[in-house]
Amino acid sequence: MDRTIAIDVSHLCKTYDSHHAVNDLSFQVYAGEIFGLLGPNGAGKSTTLRTLITLLHPTSGTATVMGHDTVREADTVRTLIGYVPQERAIDRFLTGREHLQLLGALYHLTTDEATKRINELLKLVDLEDHADRPAKTYSGGMKRKLDIACGLLPNPKILFLDEPTLGLDVQSRLRIWEYVRMLKARGMTVVMTTNYLDEADQLCDRLAIIDGGKIKTLGSPIELKIALGGDIVSLTLKELDRIPSLETELKGRPAIKSVRTTTKGLDIRVESPEKALPAILEAANRLGCSIEFIQYNRPRLDDVFIAHTGRAITESIPETESAS
Amino acid sequence: MEHYWQEISALTMRWVRRLSREKFSMLFTLVQPMLFWLIFFGNLFQRAADTQVMQAPNYISFLAAGVVIMTVLNNGLAGGVDLLFDKENGFLERLMSTPIHRTSVILSRFIFVMGITSMQVLVILGVSYLFGVHPATGILGVATILLIGMMFGVGLTAISMAMAFSVKSHGDFFSVLGFLSLPMIFLSSALVPLTAMPGWMSFLAQFNPMTWAIDAVRPLILSGWTEALPHVGMVILVMLVFDALCLYGGAKAFRRAMG
Ligand SMILES: Nc1ncnc2c1ncn2[C@@H]1O[C@H](COP(=O)(O)OP(=O)(O)OP(=O)(O)O)[C@@H](O)[C@H]1O
Ligand SMILES: [Mg+2]
Repeated sequence: MDRTIAIDVSHLCKTYDSHHAVNDLSFQVYAGEIFGLLGPNGAGKSTTLRTLITLLHPTSGTATVMGHDTVREADTVRTLIGYVPQERAIDRFLTGREHLQLLGALYHLTTDEATKRINELLKLVDLEDHADRPAKTYSGGMKRKLDIACGLLPNPKILFLDEPTLGLDVQSRLRIWEYVRMLKARGMTVVMTTNYLDEADQLCDRLAIIDGGKIKTLGSPIELKIALGGDIVSLTLKELDRIPSLETELKGRPAIKSVRTTTKGLDIRVESPEKALPAILEAANRLGCSIEFIQYNRPRLDDVFIAHTGRAITESIPETESAS
Repeated sequence: MEHYWQEISALTMRWVRRLSREKFSMLFTLVQPMLFWLIFFGNLFQRAADTQVMQAPNYISFLAAGVVIMTVLNNGLAGGVDLLFDKENGFLERLMSTPIHRTSVILSRFIFVMGITSMQVLVILGVSYLFGVHPATGILGVATILLIGMMFGVGLTAISMAMAFSVKSHGDFFSVLGFLSLPMIFLSSALVPLTAMPGWMSFLAQFNPMTWAIDAVRPLILSGWTEALPHVGMVILVMLVFDALCLYGGAKAFRRAMG
């Protein structure tokens, strides 16, 4: 399909005193899609986003937004985008409405125009009743909603969301997903970062998994899962010492793509469960392995992540301290 | 141009709003210098101070010029603090991601700091008036004092903002601030005239722009135009150089931080 390119990132590098925060990143975002950058803490997601919104100059490489270079045509780019930072960038002393009024002036809206938009946005994010309270009295979720309203105020062509649901309760997360889908329905392009797999899976049309400043893989969630090849049958065996023999027995059989031992049994990647399941059961029977538990899974994004980064997304704790 | 003005007035309004929400801090800001320095210090050292050395009828009238310039110093050096917090909590990033002129945020801060400082200077001169210190050069003299204060304040605020943009943590910022401000005060003619200082101190104090400012403000309050004019001319020259240096440094720090 031939689609308009909204953002084009080419060989982007950003180095902080010899530490590569982002290393040779290239990807494109299509107009009208929700594009996700998925990665653990310190992967370089925010750095990439900051470059796109003109706040960081790349060490090398280029990025364009709607065809405008983020360094040379920064002013033009700034008129096209809205940004919701990762930190709650809120002035505790200002009310919600005053935040939006300030931004209205910075986007050069007339007072009438600003008032109209501000009322719409307050309604959208459900903050009407709290609009005239100082932000220091807001809950975390209310601050996040205000953040999002601020990002939407310029009515941007492209909205950048840095970890929009970090630290929110389940309801607020679902609410924000709803907003984002609605924005997409209105024709907005959304670029977001996240380190929640379910968020990336359910919300993003396409996503790039990045780790250590590099793109590990890129595609729609479904493509990525299919690319792993096949569904997974997980067996839990009663006698753990039978695992190796069952593994050798199953390996190389038709309909079975790969076999991996786990702590309590085997993970078997199969082409089609219809053919594979009988074969597996028959083999187990023949070797006298009693099966305690059998589970059948379509590949999840977790599996995609593990396959491409060699670890689960939650196993990145050591990086957290160094990431700002 | 119209956009620029819209940005700057909205950003300046934000600083005013913040201050007005912090009622306690506002009171403190306005009252602290005159209460502490002028009234306590002025009266405390009334006896100790030798009017011969001071060349003034009493210590309060001597101290008034020093308190005016010290207020400028404190406000100026603290002028970058709010930007430092904005930088640290990401608000600055949000502002800079909008299509504003890159200098708007900084300019709004200058306007705000200069406005508050002028008000404080007027309050200090008003309180001194109640203590019988009547500026010898009248209204025009007061305007000149404000001008000198502003010229000094611009440079100081630029230093403070440069620091806010360059420091890694706000601990660093406040250490440097504390390290700068006391020696600036003691190595100046704020509390005693240079002639009453040990030789090495008065030598160092000559290189302190604060000394020049005070030595121009003091005759404006105590003596009259004939005595004050040469000092005023001189301080304007000194401040032009001082401001040029500070603004240059500030612009460099800002460009480095904001790309
Ligand atoms: N200003 C900076 N100076 C030095 N290093 C930095 C700076 N900003 C980011 N880094 C480093 O760059 C790397 C990528 O940081 P980035 O903030 O882009 O990560 P992230 O993917 O957004 O992580 P998180 O999920 O924690 O937000 C990290 O190792 C971080 O320590
Ligand atoms: Mg981040």
